[in-house]
Amino acid sequence: MINTPQQQRKLQSKLGRVRGLGSTREGVHHWWAQRMSAVALLPLSLWFVYSLISLTGSDYETFRAWAGEFGNSVFLVLLVVTMFHHAQLGLQVVIEDYVHSEIWKMGMLLFVKYGTVLFAASAIFAVLKISIAG
Amino acid sequence: MPDDSRPLSPHLQVYRPQITSILSITHRATGVVLAFAALLLAYWLASAAYGPEAFERAQALLESWFGRLVLFGFTFSLFYHMCNGIRHLGWDLRWGFELPTLRATGVIVVITSMTLTVLSWLMAYGHVDKL
Repeated sequence: MINTPQQQRKLQSKLGRVRGLGSTREGVHHWWAQRMSAVALLPLSLWFVYSLISLTGSDYETFRAWAGEFGNSVFLVLLVVTMFHHAQLGLQVVIEDYVHSEIWKMGMLLFVKYGTVLFAASAIFAVLKISIAG
Repeated sequence: MPDDSRPLSPHLQVYRPQITSILSITHRATGVVLAFAALLLAYWLASAAYGPEAFERAQALLESWFGRLVLFGFTFSLFYHMCNGIRHLGWDLRWGFELPTLRATGVIVVITSMTLTVLSWLMAYGHVDKL
């Protein structure tokens, strides 16, 4: 018989057990997204630093030619998306830890979320414009 | 209603600062700093999309002594957050929790991030000289 809570819990997978847990019922989603974006940012950031070193001292035309190259445009967009996503997740935790007034916390969380999306969208559009419109 | 004047846990004011706690708060601080670096990256890309004058203005700002100082700080923040982030990923895989390992990896993170920062700037300046 599997009627007691203890017995039912044994049949649940570990993933099934953490889904929907936490104060916001989001389970491990935030934690997992933070790690996945972090891992993606390792190669992207190293590529970006290497590119910046090679680009040091270049003028407007050289920079646009570099950013407009297909592979560079793709990596720039990936970098911007992942970086702002990771920044939003991190800032959210910092705000939740240190801001204790509900109204301020809510306001700052919204500000960070909208702000990161706004800046990410602008940066992506900039890359696309350089890449497509030339 | 809770009394706001009561101290919050962890009681930082009674803890002795240690390498583990210092590196931990530095990870947060560099993370917040890097959020501002992301804003600068967005501004820089937007300036290049906007036109030559806007890009020259951005470049002049970045190449000033203050701009370079900020970029140097951003470089260190990136390498520190990256190296210590790898340390964090190790903990997520249940590796490196023993105190001696914890301290050793902490020292490695600080030395590696400082070295990579200086190396990157030397390479960037070396690159300019070749032009």
